[in-house]
Amino acid sequence: MTDMASLMEDRAAAKVISDNLHKPVDWDSPKIARNIKKRYAAERRFKMYGLSAIALALLALFVLAGSIGSKGYTAFFQTYVQLEVTFDAAEIDPDGTGDPAVIGKANFDGLIKQALRDRFPDVTSRQAKRDLYAIVSGGASYDLRERVMENPGLIGQTRKVWLISGDDFDMLNKGYISADVDEGSRRLNDEEIAWYDSLKSDGAVEKQFHTRFFTNGDSREPELAGIWGAAVGSLYTLMVTLALSFPIGVFAAVYLEEFAPKNRFTTIVEVNINNLAAVPSIVFGLLGLEVYLNVMHLPRSAPVVGGLTLALMTLPTIIIASRAAIKAVPPSIRQAALGLGASPVQTVTHHVLPLAMPGILTGTIIGMAQALGETAPLLMIGMVAFIVDIPGGALDPATVLPVQIYLWADSPERAFVEKTSAAIMVLLAFLVLMNGFAVYLRKKFERKW
Amino acid sequence: MAVVSQSAMTAQPSVASPKMTARDLNLSYGDNQALFDVNLDIVERQVTALIGPSGCGKSTFLRCMNRMNDTIDGVTIKGEVTLDGRDIYDKRIDVVQLRARIGMVFQKPNPFPKTIYDNVAYGPRIHGLVNSRDELDQIVMTSLERAGLLKEVKDRLQSPATGLSGGQQQRLCIARAVAVSPEVILMDEPCSALDPIATAKVEELIDELRSNYTIVIVTHSMQQAARVSQRTAFFHLGKLVEVGETDQIFTNPKDERTKGYITGRFG
Ligand SMILES: Nc1ncnc2c1ncn2[C@@H]1O[C@H](COP(=O)(O)OP(=O)(O)OP(=O)(O)O)[C@@H](O)[C@H]1O
Ligand SMILES: [Mg+2]
Repeated sequence: MTDMASLMEDRAAAKVISDNLHKPVDWDSPKIARNIKKRYAAERRFKMYGLSAIALALLALFVLAGSIGSKGYTAFFQTYVQLEVTFDAAEIDPDGTGDPAVIGKANFDGLIKQALRDRFPDVTSRQAKRDLYAIVSGGASYDLRERVMENPGLIGQTRKVWLISGDDFDMLNKGYISADVDEGSRRLNDEEIAWYDSLKSDGAVEKQFHTRFFTNGDSREPELAGIWGAAVGSLYTLMVTLALSFPIGVFAAVYLEEFAPKNRFTTIVEVNINNLAAVPSIVFGLLGLEVYLNVMHLPRSAPVVGGLTLALMTLPTIIIASRAAIKAVPPSIRQAALGLGASPVQTVTHHVLPLAMPGILTGTIIGMAQALGETAPLLMIGMVAFIVDIPGGALDPATVLPVQIYLWADSPERAFVEKTSAAIMVLLAFLVLMNGFAVYLRKKFERKW
Repeated sequence: MAVVSQSAMTAQPSVASPKMTARDLNLSYGDNQALFDVNLDIVERQVTALIGPSGCGKSTFLRCMNRMNDTIDGVTIKGEVTLDGRDIYDKRIDVVQLRARIGMVFQKPNPFPKTIYDNVAYGPRIHGLVNSRDELDQIVMTSLERAGLLKEVKDRLQSPATGLSGGQQQRLCIARAVAVSPEVILMDEPCSALDPIATAKVEELIDELRSNYTIVIVTHSMQQAARVSQRTAFFHLGKLVEVGETDQIFTNPKDERTKGYITGRFG
């Protein structure tokens, strides 16, 4: 009897379960509707998070670019002063030889000073004269000499000439020095400001595009300092870095992915490579200092050493990116090639590498961009030196863009503030160019698949 | 499940002059043994079908025959596999050349992401089989023709192979294998990703290829094995249970397990 009852109970329970299982779903019920609403809300929320993240990132970018741009764009222009210069034959070429060697040695600085004294004849005291001469940059005499060398017919004539101004005068013209401030606490005294006003009212003050900034090396005089030396230094350094880290990185990645047996040794290598990617760059600088300079006695401050050091730093990035790209190539492609009788090397060079190339290149460019912006390791190997000459090769002393930024940011002259921002803009332009090149390469290789 | 005495399966009929043989072949993936004492002869210019339940070692055995298992880490192989009487695991054998002589078609079509032409031309190119562009064109055309694909692709030889349908891709893979003039073609479930019409085409093709090539095919379809093969080998749990004429295996299997498998009682 109890058996029967329990059996009936079991049956009933089973029926409930099976009824529940087979109960048709009412897709129009409020519960389902709530569920759908919740899902939509979640999706909207998710989309909003994404959008606000992008908006924040863009805002940060705009603020950065805006502040750098607004501070730095004035560096692309330079104040010039127009003076009436007498190309005195007695000064330049007293014997009338017309010999360039003689003309080249003439005292053009004196001509400019004479022109300034002529323009402001009241100035007599030694101190006031020194201030007066500061209106024109020390570099103006080189311009003048070049002009006369090119056109010796100028000798003996008097001409109105635009001369590059000194940095304080330039700052005053750009509005960075205010005449309202108490005389004692500004770089220019009232007399100097009066000269400026007088020249300005003559229309003899003008801002011109500052080509020197893009063609000169560094200088102690802000108005003569340019970015080209650092840019060329960066170029040589990156060339050395690329020439080393790309082939070594790709070979290492290919070997580790395609040929190395999976044993403890390769695991250790792998762990170490991943660790190296996170080592602070200054450590690579110390290593470079010790190995390249102290042991191998390579020249100090040279792009070759900078490139070698940065290559150490870039290698892990390239290896990791290349390995990921190689791993992403489907194994079926390798099997197809091997099954046709391609050797392992042919399989890699004909199929795996071409397919992995977009990823490898992206990794390489990321590594190069990192190297381009790197400062700390280069300080260790002496690339922080003050270098005026444009480097002519990877063995000449040089500096690089980020170090140049660091040097200018550290300089006391007011005029270097705008130079710093301008140099940052140039660096960013380089980065944009490189990343654009990366996109181009990706596209190109992808089209060839 | 019926248990059959071990001795019944060790005696395998050998053939007079086999193209390939396996003798006491044992294979392990690490500690996991996948093949146990396999002895099998492959007859020249015939289709040999390998059948058996999933995981019984058919693919593993097939890969032993062109040493594709060499590329897998941790594989140990004991025993002997011969091609024309020579051990292919001999140290003096060049694996690259061996794989050119023993072509392979995989379960999933795997064309290179290149043009149709380049896919077929790849093998002849790397093995230096041709001296001129004309010769290469010739080989590509005949291979595509043999694979029954020429009509469909002759106007688009320079378009990407990945743009072909699954069945066309598989026939392209066959054309690619045929282009290096292999002596043996190994096929691992070549029709598993294809619809019945494409399957029929590939089967027809296999039947035609038989006159020039020795073919070993792995298949899960009893009908396919019956249709295309002359000999059938039944694998179970890493062991070769029975091998013989296809007609005999399907109509009068000697082993209980074979009978059970082909009649669908286990698998
Ligand atoms: N690369 C590998 N590494 C480790 N074990 C493997 C590997 N390939 C196959 N095996 C094992 O070897 C055994 C045989 O596998 P195999 O692929 O040869 O079976 P199969 O008969 O082809 O099966 P299916 O019909 O499902 O393709 C299986 O137990 C499988 O798990
Ligand atoms: Mg298989």
